[in-house]
Amino acid sequence: MGILEVKGVNKRFGGLQALGDVNLNIQENTVHAIIGPNGAGKSTLLNVLVGKLIPDSGSVLFNGQSVLGRKPHEINQMGISRVFQTPEIFGDLSVIENVMIPCFAKRDGAYRLHAFESVGAEDSIVAQAETMLADVGMLEKRDMHAGSLSRGDKRRLEMAMCLVQEPKLLLLDEPTAGMARADTNNTIDLLKEIKAKRDITMVIIEHDMHVVFSLAQRITVLAQGSPLVEETPENIKGHPKVREAYLGEAQV
Amino acid sequence: MLKLDRKDTLLLVIVALMTLAAPIILNPFPTGSALAQFNAGYPDLMQRFVIYGIFAIGFNILFGLTGYLSFGHAAFLGVGSYSAVWMFKLLSMNVLPAIVFSVIIAGLFAVVIGYVSLRRSGIYFSILTLAFAQMSFNMAYSVLTPITNGETGLQLTLNDPRILDGARAATGLPVTNLFGFEMRSTAHLDIAGWGFDFSVGYYLSAVIMLLAFYLSMRIFRSPFGLMLRAIKSNQNRLSYTGLNARPYTLAAFVISGMYAGLAGGLLAAMDPLAGAERMQWTASGEVVLMTILGGAGTLIGPVLGAGFIKYFENIFSKINDSILHQWFSFMPDGIEDFLVTLVHPFIGKGWHLTLGLLFMAVVIFLPGGLVEGGQRIGRLFRRNKAGDTASPATTPAE
Ligand SMILES: Nc1ncnc2c1ncn2[C@@H]1O[C@H](COP(=O)(O)OP(=O)(O)OP(=O)(O)O)[C@@H](O)[C@H]1O
Ligand SMILES: [Mg+2]
Repeated sequence: MGILEVKGVNKRFGGLQALGDVNLNIQENTVHAIIGPNGAGKSTLLNVLVGKLIPDSGSVLFNGQSVLGRKPHEINQMGISRVFQTPEIFGDLSVIENVMIPCFAKRDGAYRLHAFESVGAEDSIVAQAETMLADVGMLEKRDMHAGSLSRGDKRRLEMAMCLVQEPKLLLLDEPTAGMARADTNNTIDLLKEIKAKRDITMVIIEHDMHVVFSLAQRITVLAQGSPLVEETPENIKGHPKVREAYLGEAQV
Repeated sequence: MLKLDRKDTLLLVIVALMTLAAPIILNPFPTGSALAQFNAGYPDLMQRFVIYGIFAIGFNILFGLTGYLSFGHAAFLGVGSYSAVWMFKLLSMNVLPAIVFSVIIAGLFAVVIGYVSLRRSGIYFSILTLAFAQMSFNMAYSVLTPITNGETGLQLTLNDPRILDGARAATGLPVTNLFGFEMRSTAHLDIAGWGFDFSVGYYLSAVIMLLAFYLSMRIFRSPFGLMLRAIKSNQNRLSYTGLNARPYTLAAFVISGMYAGLAGGLLAAMDPLAGAERMQWTASGEVVLMTILGGAGTLIGPVLGAGFIKYFENIFSKINDSILHQWFSFMPDGIEDFLVTLVHPFIGKGWHLTLGLLFMAVVIFLPGGLVEGGQRIGRLFRRNKAGDTASPATTPAE
């Protein structure tokens, strides 16, 4: 039994079948990559997992519990964090505040009206956030306005915000898109490091095959809303169906 | 000190000193001089400065922090006033129970209106709050007449029961007081041509305003305040970070409703009558203007905005053509008349025009309001002094 079980999930947008009978079994403590051409439904699948979309049919079990019908914040509190394809951060706040918010969410739950404590006096939260920023190499930017960061930094910040919560399942939607080569390699190293340090399952959507083959233990190929193959990286490279799906779009 | 950092403590101390010295600061011109009409240091107006300051401070907790723009906050102001007057009629002329009661009732109202309105965001939230406030306004004139006394407004009468101190009021209407100190009692001081008024009502309102200001400071700097700013910045990210925005926004809404109720209660404590016009949409719009003019999301902005607008409303509106003729009398007749005609649309009843133009100028050139203006001037000075050491950090609130 996997940590995440997706069974028979369907989702239509009008006439478009964005997800068609998706079955997916993610094993605990693995890195599972989902690849596929543009418009294959990869982001839509993640949207279903985090409660942004409700599928037309099917079931999604996380640790044996259904996530369908739960609010996004409830699903996060179950231990699922997500990095978005276009970075979602608090652009009006400082970098350190961005990382402190998930720390509060982790410690205090979905809400606590702590109106008379002072953010500055929350030493352990500040320390936690600073350590995380140091891990992603952004400590010197701690007081910067998050909205003014470069695209690559926004991605790293968003990743820090997710990682600091120590989720059981981390969903990454193209975490290295828009990053320079060096930053991409740093991200790979960071994810490997996190993976080595503690128990975490990752689902990663990536077009960059270098990232995929550096990290993934299992790869699912999604095309036109349905999984084509699920294989180990070694077996996926020369797979005929994969070549067919990409039609030369990417070199697999 | 007071669980604030040094910068905030300094701001609080400055605001406290200015507020307590307002009767002197706001009367800079000698009583007999031609400029005396610009003096704002009379109790009635100063009370309005601080009371509307409270209203705007509270509004800013909702609008400035979460970005939810309520167009119905005057409803809570009105509810606060009615509640206070009822306390004066039924219980006692002491303002303390009246003020407490107005805060509680306004808070309860805010729970109901907030719970419903916060199901929507953006423009739909604004429209819902506006609808609620207009509904309250119209009901105060019609079906709720037994409670609100309709168009006449709710007033004290000679045969109010007043169970705690009714016996004392044998002749004439009693006056509001705080344990015997009458709100209207004023000490007048004349110093070499200058006149200053120190009234009990003003100082009570001022102290309450300072408490309200301190409280909002604490909220701004708390984890709760951080969450509210996060809601304004990116509500999506907040929910995928495991936080439920709804209770946070509702709490902010109720707190700001209670501030409005407090302001309404104080208005009634200074002058014990309450009318439905206090709930009208223009009054709701006014607090929006105050907050934006001063600087939404900043600590001191709303207070500045409230003072600014009330000053215009009361001082500019009093200037009339004959005063203008006095000012320009040193000019040749033709030019004098021409200047008076030119300035005429901007004064007296035209104060709205002046304020409107000023408001537009601020929104266009200083999106951060008067506070941003102050910051820019401050930065200019600092740059001249210390060369340019550009600081990347932007503190969200002053
Ligand atoms: N909310 C929506 N409403 C209508 N159609 C949508 C919606 N979201 C996605 N789609 C459509 O569903 C299909 C799958 O989109 P999705 O974003 O999941 O693709 P993807 O695999 O993530 O592609 P990419 O690699 O470009 O990110 C696309 O054709 C897209 O246009
Ligand atoms: Mg996508």
